[in-house]
Amino acid sequence: MTNLFPSIVSRPQSSNIMNILVPIIAIILTLITGAIIFSLMGFNAFFALHIFFISPISSAYGISELLVKATPLALIAVGLAFCFKNNIYNIGAEGQLTMGAIFGGGIGIYFHDTNSFWLLPLMIIGGAIGGAVWAMIPALLKNKFNTNEILTSLMLVYVALLILDYLVVGPWRDPEGYSFPKTRPFSDSGRMPLLFEGLRIHIGLIITLILVFISWFVFAKTIFGFQLKVSGFSPIAARYAGFNQKILIYIAFGICGAFAGIAGLAEVSGPIGLLYRDISPNYGFTAIIVAFLGRLHPLGIIFASLIIALTYLGAEDAQLFMQIPAAVGFLFQGLVLFYLLGADFLVKYKLEFKKSK
Amino acid sequence: MNESLIEFNNITKKFPRVIANNKVSFNINKSSVHALLGENGAGKSTLVKVLYGLLDSDEGHINFNNEILNITSPSDARKKGIGMVFQHFSLFESLTVRDNLILGIDENISYSELRQQLEDISSKYNLPLDLEAPITSLSAGEKQRVEIVRILLQDPQLLIMDEPTSVLTPQEVQTLFKTLNALVKEGRTILYITHKLEEVITLCNEVTIMRNGEVIDSCSTENQTAKSLATKMLGERLDELQTDYTHINDFINFKASKISCSFADPFFTDLKNISFEVKEGEIFGIAGVAGNGQSELMDILIGENCTIDSGEIIFKKTNIESFNPQKRRDLSIAFVPENRLGHSAVPELTLSENILLSQFPNNNFSNHGILNNNFIEDYAKEVINNFNVVTPGSDAKASSLSGGNLQKFVIGREISSNPKLLIISHPTWGIDAGAEYSIRQSLINLAKNGTSIIVLSQDVDELIEITHRMAVIYDGSLSESFITKEIDITKLGLLMGGKND
Amino acid sequence: MNYLEFIGFLQIVLIATTPVVFAGIGELVTEKSGVLNLGVEGMMLVGAVTAFVTLVITGSYLLAFLFSIFAGIFMSGLFAFLVLILMSNQVATGLSLTIFGIGLSSMIGKKYIGTPIDGLTPWYFVILSFLIVFLVGYFFYKTKSGLILRAVGESHTSAHALGYSVLKIRLLAILFGGSMCAFAGSYISICYAPMWQEGMIAGRGWIALALVVFSTWKPSRILIGAYIFGGTSIFQMHLQGKGFKFPHWVPFDDFFSSAPFFNMSPYLATMIVLVIISSNKLRIKLSAPACLTMPFYKGS
Repeated sequence: MTNLFPSIVSRPQSSNIMNILVPIIAIILTLITGAIIFSLMGFNAFFALHIFFISPISSAYGISELLVKATPLALIAVGLAFCFKNNIYNIGAEGQLTMGAIFGGGIGIYFHDTNSFWLLPLMIIGGAIGGAVWAMIPALLKNKFNTNEILTSLMLVYVALLILDYLVVGPWRDPEGYSFPKTRPFSDSGRMPLLFEGLRIHIGLIITLILVFISWFVFAKTIFGFQLKVSGFSPIAARYAGFNQKILIYIAFGICGAFAGIAGLAEVSGPIGLLYRDISPNYGFTAIIVAFLGRLHPLGIIFASLIIALTYLGAEDAQLFMQIPAAVGFLFQGLVLFYLLGADFLVKYKLEFKKSK
Repeated sequence: MNESLIEFNNITKKFPRVIANNKVSFNINKSSVHALLGENGAGKSTLVKVLYGLLDSDEGHINFNNEILNITSPSDARKKGIGMVFQHFSLFESLTVRDNLILGIDENISYSELRQQLEDISSKYNLPLDLEAPITSLSAGEKQRVEIVRILLQDPQLLIMDEPTSVLTPQEVQTLFKTLNALVKEGRTILYITHKLEEVITLCNEVTIMRNGEVIDSCSTENQTAKSLATKMLGERLDELQTDYTHINDFINFKASKISCSFADPFFTDLKNISFEVKEGEIFGIAGVAGNGQSELMDILIGENCTIDSGEIIFKKTNIESFNPQKRRDLSIAFVPENRLGHSAVPELTLSENILLSQFPNNNFSNHGILNNNFIEDYAKEVINNFNVVTPGSDAKASSLSGGNLQKFVIGREISSNPKLLIISHPTWGIDAGAEYSIRQSLINLAKNGTSIIVLSQDVDELIEITHRMAVIYDGSLSESFITKEIDITKLGLLMGGKND
Repeated sequence: MNYLEFIGFLQIVLIATTPVVFAGIGELVTEKSGVLNLGVEGMMLVGAVTAFVTLVITGSYLLAFLFSIFAGIFMSGLFAFLVLILMSNQVATGLSLTIFGIGLSSMIGKKYIGTPIDGLTPWYFVILSFLIVFLVGYFFYKTKSGLILRAVGESHTSAHALGYSVLKIRLLAILFGGSMCAFAGSYISICYAPMWQEGMIAGRGWIALALVVFSTWKPSRILIGAYIFGGTSIFQMHLQGKGFKFPHWVPFDDFFSSAPFFNMSPYLATMIVLVIISSNKLRIKLSAPACLTMPFYKGS
C-alpha cells in the first residue's frame, strides 16, 4: 500500500537536469494558466494564445520589435545577475536605467546641434556612468550603514523618476515642444544606428550581445566570478577565503548600474530619440523576472528576455484585438516567476511515494 | 520487579544515504538509568527522535507502559510523560528563562503558578534559576538546567538525555549526576544517550550498545568494564596513536602575545590577554567547554577578524595580526574552522570549486584572475585520492558528501599545500570513527614533517591523544600550558570549570 | 500656520498615515514569525482594486472590505504556499507577488478607472488602526499564542523540537499580514482617495516594509515611524500648496523648489531614517527575528 501523499525528500545534490527543465515547466504551466484565464474571459483559448504568443512575431517587423524589447531586458538582467549571484537584491534597476538615460541623454541634449562620430560613444559612456553612480548609493549605504539594499534601491527608483520629471518639465524642456513635456531631439549622430532599413532594431542589440558574452566569461572563467558566487552562497565561507566582500558589493552594484544605464541610454537614443517622462515600460522591474527565469546564466537570460519581451508584444496585440488591458502582460510575468520559484522545489527536493506502515 | 517502561520492537528508519536504524529492539526498565551507547552516527539520535515523535519510523513500533505508543509530535510525547533534553539545546536565545519555560508547558499557566512550581523543583533537585534572565546570558550548564526544569514541570515518567555532558565541565557533570540519581529515586526513568564509556559505568544501571544502526548488545552494566563496552561500541580496535616528541625543533614558529578583544555583541565572549607559542613540529592543543571564546579566538587566528584591541600575533618574525586570511595563506598558514558546510566549504559548489576557497602561493590556480580549470580539477582529484574521500568525483557538490568525507577533503585540501602552520578547530567533530582515526593520523604525520599545528577542541580525549602541549580556555582567558603526557586530569577539569588555584 | 490650519493639518496627517499603519503592523506580524513578505505593495493594490470594484458592483461597503480581505488572504496564501510548502526564496517570491499584484490589479480595475463612488468617512479606520497596533502589542507580549509566534521567529528548530507546528503558525502570520495589507489598500481606494487608479499605492507598501525595520520589530514603534513619514509627506504637500520657494542663494534652488523635489521628499526621508536606524548593526541583529527569511525543512 502506498501513501496517497508523497513525502518530501531532500536531494543530496541538486539536480542539474531539473535546473534546466524547471524554467521550461514554468513556461508551460503559465501557458496553461493563460489558456484557462482566457477561456474564463470568454475567448477561444487557442485563438487568444495565438494572438498573444504567435502573431506578434509572424513578420520581420514583429521579430525586430521583439528584439527591440528583449535588448534592454537582457542587458539589465545580466547586470542584475552580478548582484543576485552575490545575494544582493538590487531591485532599483529602473532607477539606474532612468539615471543612465538622464546622464547620457543630457550629453545628447547639450550637443543637440553637433553631428560627430564621438557623440554616441560619449553618450553611452555617460549612460553607464549615470547608472553606476545611482547604483553606488545603495551599495554605499549597505556597506557603510548596513542599510537594506532592497528598500533603498527601490526608493531611489521613485527619486530618479521624479528627477527626470523635473528635468523634462523644467530646465531641459524643449522650447518648441508646445505643452508636451519633452526635451529637444538628439542630433542624428546621437542616435543608435539602425541595423536594418525600416526596422527599429538598432546597434544596442550588438552592444548587449557583447556585454552578455563578456559577463558569461567573467562568471565562468574568472576568480572574480567565483568570488561573487561564493559570497552569495555563503558570506562566512567568503570571509574564510579572504575575499573582500564590501568591494564585491560595490563592483556588483556598479556593473549592474552601468548595464542598466546603458540600456536606458539605448532606449532614449534608439527608438525614442529624446527624453520625456515615460521612457521605460518597467524594463528595470521586468528584468528581475528575466534574470531569475534565465537562472542568472547569460545564455539563459537571452532566452528568457525573448520570452518576456513576447509578453509585452502579446499584451499590446491582446489590447488591440481582444480589448484586454495590456497589464495582462504583467500578470503573465508574475505568473511565470511564481511557477518558476515553485517548481524550483524540484531541483533541491524530490517527491517520493513510499509504503506506509 | 524488572517491569519494563519502554519496549522497542523492530524499529527501522531509512534515510536516502543510510539506514539509521535497522530492526532495533530492546527494553528499558522502570526506575533505571538506561544508557544508549554508540559512536557518532550509530543511530542513537534517530532512535530517540522516533521515540519523542520528531520522526516517523518506517517499520516497527514502540510499547510504552505495555501499550502501543502512537504519537506524531513532541507535544503528544510530553502528554504521555516523555520529556527530552537535547544536546544542542532547544532554547530561544533572545527570550527570557520564564518565556522559555512557558513555551515548554502545554497547558496555560499563570505566572504565580509557574513561580510556585519552579520553587518546588528548584529546592527539591537543587536547580536554581533566574526567571527574568535572557538565555543568552547563561552558561552552558545553566542552559541545561533550564531544559531540565522545563521538562520536570511536566512531571515526566521518562526523561531522555541526549549527550548531556558534552558541554559541561567535570564538576558540572557531578552535579548533573546527583540530580539524575534523585530523579530515579522518585521512580522516574532516564534514557541516557552517550558515547562516553566512563559515564555508563558510573551512572547507568543498564546499557544498550548500538553500532551502524543496529543493536549490538543490551545488558546490565554490573559486569561491564570500560574496555568491554569499548570493544562492543567500536567493533575491531584501531591501533593506538603514538605521540612522539623527538622531532620537535626548539625554533618558535608561532607566537600569540597578550591578545585582547572585546565585543559589543552579547553573543560573543571577550578575549582577555591570550598568550601562547608553538614550536616547529609541535601540536599545541586548546581545550575548553564550548562557548568560552574558542570561535572568537579562531576568527582572530584565521584573520577573519583583524580588529583586536591589543596584542600581537607573530609568525616567523612577521607580525600578522592585521593580515586577512589570504595574506596569511601567502605565508603558508592553513586553516580548518569548526563548521564545514558554509565555512570551510560551500555546500552548493562542487569539490573542484571548493578547492579554490583557499589558494596558496604555489597553487597556480589562476593566471591574472583567469581560472586554470584543468589544474584545479587535477588538484581536487589528488586530494580525493590521497585522503580516501568517498565521492563519485571532483564534480560532486560538497553537500552530497558525508560529514567525515567532507572533513577529510577539507583537511586534505589544506594539508596538500604543505603548510608551515596549520590551525584547526574540532578536527573530528561529528564524524565516524574510521575518518576520525585517519584524520588524527594525518595531523600527527604532518607535525613530524616540521609543521606547527594548533588544535582547538572540546574533546579532551582527542587532545590528549594527539597534542604535545596543551592549555585550557575559560571565559576568554587561556591558562598556562602543560606537557600533555604529564597532564593531571583533575587539574584539567578544574581549569575547564574556571577554577584556577 | 494658525490654530485652525494646524488642526486641519493634523487631520490630514491622521487620514494619510492610517493605511501605512495597517500594512506595517500586518507585515510586522509576518516578519515576527520569521517570514519576510516583500509583496506588500502588490497585496495592497489587489486589496484596493477588489474593494473598489466590489463597491461599484454591489454598492455594499461591508462586502467591499470583506472581499478585499479575501483577496489579501488569497494573495498571501499563494505566497505562503510557495515559501512554506515549496520552500522558495522569500525575497524573490515576495517580489513576484508584487509584480503579479501590479498586473492583476490593473487588469481587474481597467474598466473602473474614473468611476465615481461615495467615499467613506475615514475616522473609524483611524481609530481602528490605533486599536490594532495595541491589540498586536497585547497579543505579542501578554498572550501565550503571541509568545509562540515570536518563538517560531526566533528559532524554528527549537519550536519544532517542542512540538509547535512551525508551518501552521507561519501560515497564520502570513495570512494576517496579507489581510491587513489588503485592508490598507481598500482604505486607500474607498476612504482616502476615493477612486481607482493604476499603481495608486505609489510605494506605500515599500514604505510599510521600511517601517518594520524602523520599528526594530516593536509594534508601538510602527505608529511612531508611520507618523514621522505621514507628517513629512503632508508637510511637503502643505508647503507645495503654499507655493513655498527656496531663496536664490540656495544652490539648485529651482530644483529644491520644484514639485518633483517635494514629491520625492517622503522617499528621501524614508531612506534617511532607514540609514540612521540600520547603522547600529548590533541593534538590528538583536531585534530582528533570528530566523527571518530562513526556510524551515522538517526532514531529518
